[in-house]
Amino acid sequence: MSALFALLMIIILLLISIIGTEVLGLNYVFGVIIPYAAIALFLVGFVYRIIRWANSAVPFKITTTCGQQKSHPWIKHSSLEAPHSTWGVIGRMALEVLFFRSLFRNTKADLKEGPRLVYGPSKWLWAAGLVFHWSFLIILLRHFRFFAEPAPFFVSGLQSLDGFFQIGLPIFYITSVAIVAALAFLFVRRLNDPKLRYISLGSDYFALFLILSIAISGILMRHTGLRADIVDVKQLAMGLVSFHPNVPESIGVMFFIHLFFVSVLFGYFPFSKLMHMGGIFMSPTRNMANNNREKRHVNPWDYPVKTHTYEEWEDEFRDVMKAAGMPLEKEK
Amino acid sequence: MAEKMITPEELAGGIDYKPKKKTWLDPTVEFKKGTWNYAAPPQNLEYLDLPNPRKWSPIDEDWKLPDNWKEIILEGLRVRIKRFRSLQLFMDICVRCGACADKCHFFIGSGDPKNMPVLRAELLRSVYRKDFTTAGKIMGKMVGARELTVDVLKEWFYYFYQCTECRRCSVFCPYGIDTAEITMIARELMNLVGINIEWICTPAANCFRTGNHLGIQPHGFADSIEFAVDELEELTGIKVDAPINKKGAEILFVAPSADYFASPHYYTLLGYLALFHEIGLDYTWSAYASEGGNFGLFHSHEMMKRLNAKIYAEAKRLGVKWILGGECGHMWRVIHQYMDTLNGPADFLEEPVSPITGTKFENAKNTKMVHIMEFTSDLIRNNKLKLDKSRNDHWHPTFHDSCNPSRGMGLIEEPRYVIRACCNQFTEMPENTIKEQTFCCGSGAGLGTDENMEMRFRGGLPRANATKFVHDCDGVNILLCICAIDKATLPPLLEYWVPGVEVGGIHEMLGNALIMKGEKERTTDLRGEPLAGVESEEEKTEEEVSEDA
Ligand code: HEM
Ligand code: SF4
Ligand code: SF4
Repeated sequence: MSALFALLMIIILLLISIIGTEVLGLNYVFGVIIPYAAIALFLVGFVYRIIRWANSAVPFKITTTCGQQKSHPWIKHSSLEAPHSTWGVIGRMALEVLFFRSLFRNTKADLKEGPRLVYGPSKWLWAAGLVFHWSFLIILLRHFRFFAEPAPFFVSGLQSLDGFFQIGLPIFYITSVAIVAALAFLFVRRLNDPKLRYISLGSDYFALFLILSIAISGILMRHTGLRADIVDVKQLAMGLVSFHPNVPESIGVMFFIHLFFVSVLFGYFPFSKLMHMGGIFMSPTRNMANNNREKRHVNPWDYPVKTHTYEEWEDEFRDVMKAAGMPLEKEK
Repeated sequence: MAEKMITPEELAGGIDYKPKKKTWLDPTVEFKKGTWNYAAPPQNLEYLDLPNPRKWSPIDEDWKLPDNWKEIILEGLRVRIKRFRSLQLFMDICVRCGACADKCHFFIGSGDPKNMPVLRAELLRSVYRKDFTTAGKIMGKMVGARELTVDVLKEWFYYFYQCTECRRCSVFCPYGIDTAEITMIARELMNLVGINIEWICTPAANCFRTGNHLGIQPHGFADSIEFAVDELEELTGIKVDAPINKKGAEILFVAPSADYFASPHYYTLLGYLALFHEIGLDYTWSAYASEGGNFGLFHSHEMMKRLNAKIYAEAKRLGVKWILGGECGHMWRVIHQYMDTLNGPADFLEEPVSPITGTKFENAKNTKMVHIMEFTSDLIRNNKLKLDKSRNDHWHPTFHDSCNPSRGMGLIEEPRYVIRACCNQFTEMPENTIKEQTFCCGSGAGLGTDENMEMRFRGGLPRANATKFVHDCDGVNILLCICAIDKATLPPLLEYWVPGVEVGGIHEMLGNALIMKGEKERTTDLRGEPLAGVESEEEKTEEEVSEDA
């Protein structure tokens, strides 16, 4: 149901881009205005979100420790799982961001006869997640060949690595295949696992479908008869970044579909769970050092509270304490 | 209530990890007997100046909420979003990847999908979406947004009191989303309109008034310490000194109150007393700060601060140099992660140094409170203790990492070091069930009540099941732990799932093994049970001890 809803949204988006360019001929709107609006929305929204998060306080140091604390010198301290210093925290965050360290721990609980609980390793989510994200990043970086002349230095390196297998013409990139496969896996996983299906919202499927649509439209453009002319694309892209936009006549519908999906992704990004990209860096259970008893942490909104002072306490219990011969501050 | 308790076979047989309903958006819950906790009585709320004191029960139709309850909660949520970046972020960035889903002991033991951490969080997140996000306002249920209704509130009560704030989910979440944090804040919100449970508010009120959860008055506290001293003399032939409220002592010792009033905690207390005597520690107990545990943690950040304040205040009044803390789980979450921020800086204390070994506890130099496992492991490392491991040969222990020391502190190897020094036998449970991946006892965070027994058995299943594994395979017969709630709640849990395994503290093992100068020949352990190789002579001693404790 949620998946169907998300699919419907994607179809509507697809139709909008086709009708908008093919029927209504709004090439300038789809080639220039919407991309600009999307980028603007992305930048403003992203910054707004980060500022909003940053404005909310971090009253306590609530690191989740996943290893041995630093205590005695003769006990091996786990500097990446329970980091004690800023460098440790940076290392821990790098492992999380680059390699999804925590996801790598994933297990699957099973209840067998007995009852006997077993926890098997479960790395598929980690693997598919990693493949998807890295492919996404590489594909994104590869696109810089459209936005700069000459193409930035890293692009050709990435391209030749990515096209290592030299299959097809134009050469098929490994990441093109990988991202579609990974996204397909993540989608099937949501449908297949009853627990996952239960927790998945329309917006969860929507994000997957949207990125999948981008990937597929891109691949179709590169490898089928619906090819877009690279020269045209580069002309449009360079125009956009240099703020002298013009839309070449010969650009085909497939390109507009691709560009429109990308625009939607950018515009949607700051208002969705995709903001985990920024959020992961700010997560207090991961980005704080486990040195609580060594370095003071101040709560910016701390306020005085009503306590039960020693004096009040002794006043209440003086008689019984006296009878028991316990030391007192005041005899009466 | 015992007469109709579900059997282990029925319980395990009924667990199904496949959700039965199509959607979780419907908030109706059935308050099934054995799965929820009694409401807090009005007089305790009054004593603590908490809102909306009244008599009510979760199974009542009408919860007697204030008319503007909804505004109060939404306003409370708005304030807390500003105050806690954790909350704000955790509301926004969950991708529902499901990595946390089967990591929660309550889900594993119940199969109830709303016990998946991600869904527990969604219960609050859905309301957040509705009132605090544009998408939620426009798209409603399609993006998982829900109106806050009385039914939603009842659902919150049910599920946020089925979370023991153990943080296991947070270990596995790729963003570190800590559902415990969400539960803590959701409970704060419910407290604003007077929704709370007895086993949190009553101990909190007691602790506020007398200094400990049990409401023991100062002379009663002195009595029980005195009693333990006598008991230890009977067992070892040595009369130890256990000063209370002694000004000018070097160290203030704070333990959870159950240590001096409940069993099997009591044997750990005997262990402390023996140890402190043997090393000649200049220390004192306090009757005012006679509770290390802090049920305020399960109530609100404010209540945690109100109760915790006593420890530093008392350290200051007594003029000690630093503070030593006993075996307790959530107590140590508060001390390690909160105390200094809440009630510090403790600039009137000195950086802790062990008077016996001269070791500086660098890692505690600001908070100035040292965990007894850090303290004792240092003593053993420096050969300051004479230990006869064979006195524990009748025990084959395994170690249960309590949630808070492992995931809120990283105290993992110190206790193991002490166990190995005190016992010849020691077997670890399977690796996915210990250390940072440890499973909760299922009864923490205020949920350890009799009326909640079925839920406790469910939540404790993963822990008990791992214990059963080493019991069956290796002959483990005691589960050691360093937490007062564990010591109180694991015995009935093991009785239910793995009869034949006892529960004990590490300082109990230490007390057994510790060779004290001038002691009489020991024929029994601190429980009065005969040592291995010693003829079991008197049944009587055993009975006496358990009665007294
Ligand atoms: C610092 C950058 C980022 C990090 C560290 C990161 C990390 C993660 C992790 C750990 C997951 C959970 C596992 C998974 O499902 O793969 C995830 C999920 C996801 N991420 Fe990212 N991410 C980042 C940036 C992005 C960006 C830029 C996008 C998209 C434009 C994105 C889209 C997604 C989507 C759609 C999911 C959900 C997958 C599903 O439904 O199963 N992420 N991310
Ligand atoms: S593991 Fe984290 S991101 Fe994934 S569903 Fe659970 S809380 Fe959300
Ligand atoms: S903190 Fe523990 S009890 Fe609470 S949801 Fe997470 S795993 Fe479950």
